[in-house]
Amino acid sequence: MTVTQATAPATSPSSPASPAAQRDGRTAQRSLGRRLLARPEVGALIAAVGVYVFFFAAAPAFREASALSTVLYQASVMGIMALPVALLMIGGEFDLSAGVAVTTSALTAAILSFQLSVNVWTGVVVALVVSLAVGAFNGWLLIKTGLPSFLVTLGSFLVLQGANLAVTKIFTSNVASDSISDMDGFDQAKTIFASEFSVGGVNVKITIIYWLVFAAAATWLLLRTKFGNWIFAVGGNKDSARAVGVPVNLTKIALFMGVGAGAWFVGMHLLFSFNTVQSGEGVGNEFLYIIAAVIGGCLLTGGYGSAIGPVIGAFIFGMVSQGIVYANWNPDWFKAFLGVMLLVAALVNLWVRRTATRR
Amino acid sequence: MDRTSRRRPRRYAAIAAATAAAALLAAGCSSSSGGKQAEEDSGTTSAGKASTPRMTVALVTHQAPGDTFWDIVRKGAQAAAAKDNIKLVYSSDPNAGNQANLVQNAIDQKVDGIAVTLAKPDAMKDVVAKAEKAGIPVVGLNSGLSDWKKLGMLEFFGQDETVAGEAFGKKLNEVGAKKAVCVIQEQGNVGLTQRCAGVKKTFDGTTETLYVNGTDMPSVKSTITAKLKQDSSIDYVVALGAPYALTAVQSVSDAGSKAKIATFDLNKDLTSAIKKGDIQFAVDQQPYLQGYLAVDSLWLYKNNGNYSGGGEQPVLTGPAFVDSSNVDTIAKFAAKGTR
Repeated sequence: MTVTQATAPATSPSSPASPAAQRDGRTAQRSLGRRLLARPEVGALIAAVGVYVFFFAAAPAFREASALSTVLYQASVMGIMALPVALLMIGGEFDLSAGVAVTTSALTAAILSFQLSVNVWTGVVVALVVSLAVGAFNGWLLIKTGLPSFLVTLGSFLVLQGANLAVTKIFTSNVASDSISDMDGFDQAKTIFASEFSVGGVNVKITIIYWLVFAAAATWLLLRTKFGNWIFAVGGNKDSARAVGVPVNLTKIALFMGVGAGAWFVGMHLLFSFNTVQSGEGVGNEFLYIIAAVIGGCLLTGGYGSAIGPVIGAFIFGMVSQGIVYANWNPDWFKAFLGVMLLVAALVNLWVRRTATRR
Repeated sequence: MDRTSRRRPRRYAAIAAATAAAALLAAGCSSSSGGKQAEEDSGTTSAGKASTPRMTVALVTHQAPGDTFWDIVRKGAQAAAAKDNIKLVYSSDPNAGNQANLVQNAIDQKVDGIAVTLAKPDAMKDVVAKAEKAGIPVVGLNSGLSDWKKLGMLEFFGQDETVAGEAFGKKLNEVGAKKAVCVIQEQGNVGLTQRCAGVKKTFDGTTETLYVNGTDMPSVKSTITAKLKQDSSIDYVVALGAPYALTAVQSVSDAGSKAKIATFDLNKDLTSAIKKGDIQFAVDQQPYLQGYLAVDSLWLYKNNGNYSGGGEQPVLTGPAFVDSSNVDTIAKFAAKGTR
């Protein structure tokens, strides 16, 4: 499985680099197994294997390679956004506007390209600028006002939700953007953001590759760079971080802009794979990103977590939501099944972490 | 991700990006195909305006924000209001209690007529009675086919979701479908559930239900794909809204399934998908007509005392089927966003 491979570089050499691990590093050296289990994502990994085995046994259709590709596709689109959201959470903040920000970005690119009849790449670039600006604004407002990020981004969530609808109506007089599939540059952009290729007869969506590449990059950023240390520091204790010279404001704004960049990427994927964007999309997804991060071992209080965790979290979410369909369970209970499975996954995760850190 | 080395980078980055975007625009990097330039100005419906005194009509629906269907209802209502010299006050709330409050709000404003949808008739009963007591004529539209008379409403324009579903089921029998999956994009939505129930009632084959998360297209796509792979005997995907039908086209090809797709409701892209043969047919309950007739009827009642159906029979606005045989006629209206 791809996931286990991706975990390997994160676990073996690098645990001392993270301040989170240093916390209990003062005690006597523990066995390698114990130290491995103490990694934030290991509990999630065990839960993921459990969920996989469960559906493998329960749903015959789940066993095919193409089913795994379908699951991974849903997980990847969610997971790409869960990465910057997890980094932000490690940095001690939330972004409730992350779900609708994706739609905002896609709408910006679609409407701008269509209305001005320009090459779609212009829209793509402008959408990136808008997304980064939204992120920077969230961060700036947080720092200037000192309000909790929950409140600040709740505000921007509502503003963006309203603006998505209103601006789309002004320009298209509909509630969806016009199709840009026949415009210049569309095919090119589709190749980059929404293409697929075949591996041994199984269609693989390109977002899966991006997802894993971004996860590797985020892991490197967290564990191998100064900026990564800053993220843990500002999430753990802002004031102490500032006292030892961590640029707290810069770090937080950069993290919010990272969410903006993620929203842009996913927004472009939506636009180029579905040609049009519904203005009401994305509402509620912000919680899915946070859920993926939390299942993956990020603490809601900040200062602890990993970049591999949300990858596994998104994978679990994708497996559960598709697995229920593959298993053909009564769909009326869908949400209830989903809730139970996620709770179980989260509990396994918690139990593993407790067992691992107990002395 | 942002670099750590940047000291005061934000402003410069923003300026640089803005300049780059402006340069792209200025360099005439324009698209030679598609876009607004290519969209023909097909001319809007324009007609004269009535010389009757200005009146105010409130249209209160159970629309959720951003729903395509209701957007068309509203456009129909606006067209009628413009023609009839009516000031249209539009408000909506999917929550029945809030919708009742909005009707009360219209009564307080002393409007000359109220058009209201009855998604949850019991919740609207009291407030409709209040409007009638205040001497304001009330007409029903869209949902509430079995309740409008009981509530003492003047007339009703629309078609129950159940009736539309039943017509859909019959059509599935005609095209020889054996096993259909009804894709509900919002779990617990009354109207959508009624559509599927209607399909199930008249369709001779088996109907299964599938819930998808309508606000997240990638998951809609994956879930439909998963269902088609799980059960390869499914030969018809029944979508309950145009955007979901268009997504289902991708799912069917991803799953390598032979299933065909049909849907409720229309939009511009859907008509081209019907032309291309990606989607077999769409059933349309003509939302534009519902909005238009509801508002226009209040004008007729006020100015000439007319009312349709004699207080006994509803005015049915559907079901109207759109398939390859008539799609060309309808496509040009759908392009304007009015079908």
